[in-house]
Amino acid sequence: MIEAELTRCVASWCPGATGVTLPAKLSGGASQETWTFDIVHPDGNIGAILRRAPKGYGAAPSRAAGLDNEAFLMRLAFEAGVPSPRVLHVLRPEDDLGTGFIMQRVEGETIARKILRDEQFAEARPLLARQLGAIAAGIHRLPRDKLPVLREMNSTKEIAEIEREYRSFGWPRPVFELALRWLRDHDPGPSDEVTLVHGDFRHGNFIIGADGVRAVLDWELAHTGDPMEDLGWVCVNSWRFGEIDKPVGGFGSREDLFAGYEAAGRKVDPARVMFWEVIGTLRWGVMCCGMMQRFRLGPDHSMERAMIGRRASETEIDLLRIIAPRRR
Amino acid sequence: MQDEPRPGELTKAVAEFLRNDIAPLVSGHNAFKLRVAVNALDLVTRQLTLEQGGDAAESARLAALLGRQGSLLELNRILSEGIASGEVDLQTPGLSDHLWQTTMDKLAVDQPNYAAYRRELGNIG
Repeated sequence: MIEAELTRCVASWCPGATGVTLPAKLSGGASQETWTFDIVHPDGNIGAILRRAPKGYGAAPSRAAGLDNEAFLMRLAFEAGVPSPRVLHVLRPEDDLGTGFIMQRVEGETIARKILRDEQFAEARPLLARQLGAIAAGIHRLPRDKLPVLREMNSTKEIAEIEREYRSFGWPRPVFELALRWLRDHDPGPSDEVTLVHGDFRHGNFIIGADGVRAVLDWELAHTGDPMEDLGWVCVNSWRFGEIDKPVGGFGSREDLFAGYEAAGRKVDPARVMFWEVIGTLRWGVMCCGMMQRFRLGPDHSMERAMIGRRASETEIDLLRIIAPRRR
Repeated sequence: MQDEPRPGELTKAVAEFLRNDIAPLVSGHNAFKLRVAVNALDLVTRQLTLEQGGDAAESARLAALLGRQGSLLELNRILSEGIASGEVDLQTPGLSDHLWQTTMDKLAVDQPNYAAYRRELGNIG
């Protein structure tokens, strides 16, 4: 049981800790798990999160930055003032818990529908887009010479990766073909400036409280590349949850996002942001098709995955609305 | 010939049972999964009702666009290759209308409450 290993591990770096409360699994695929627990301490319990790959699951998928890099980037972001959970401990072999890290739990909400509808977030909602602009600027400003070795991406490589994955399914989708064609024809190529890119800057990875954004999570897809990628991804219609006239996560405007970014001393290229929004829309559509594939081939034969496969058509209408709008 | 009730009538009845009688008894993660299950049954019901008409119309549009006959899968493959090679594009008469109508018909089955779909539905005509 993980409780015993965690108790032993926590005692080795948290002076005074007497144990841990029963850990509860928040999410878990075959290769990566997230657990929540409290460190029991005479001065008061400390809420903690364990993010780990269990023993025997060391190899990360090709896009993933790796758990050690995630912990490193979170520490870097935290020290630079980017709202980020404090990393408490990076797992060592003697912890016998696999690879990964333990971080402080940040209280708040990550579920988009609650953030967009619940009364307790009503005052925060108008602030979020601007805050996220400032946070993205903080991420993109992290010094490159301090970064670990990460995958370097640009729009041309990203389009090619999406296309390769789409073609591997062997299922024709004329709207995706049109989008791929449009992307190749409009590709602005590598950006002049290359920075750290969070890579999954969207609902689900923001912890939101009544006061606004409390933390950015999940650096699994972090890489270096065009900073406008993060601003485009957060505007993809799939993350608006029905509030389609508020492009930033269903709660804010691009103007507010850009204003927050520029007030933090960085420059926005709106055309590139729009281009990355189209890439992101197609990328999510192809990911939905991938869910269908994994449902069919197993081992995760869940109906949730199967139903996400049927959401690819949502991205088709979103793509058409951008690249082939109907005359009214 | 199979007897009645038709498959769509059965899936509809099962979904109603789960929604009305079982959902109130279930909580937590299973309640979430039950909602997904009911959504899946509703999708199947819509597909059983709408698929035949949608496929026939798509097939006729594809035949006109490509000037040839074939199965839906074959015709969609040919259209996809045409778009990829640049042989067919948004200037091609009928392509935009075809992609829009096909996509609208897919959303009518997959996700009729999707906000972008509802917006476009209101824009017809």
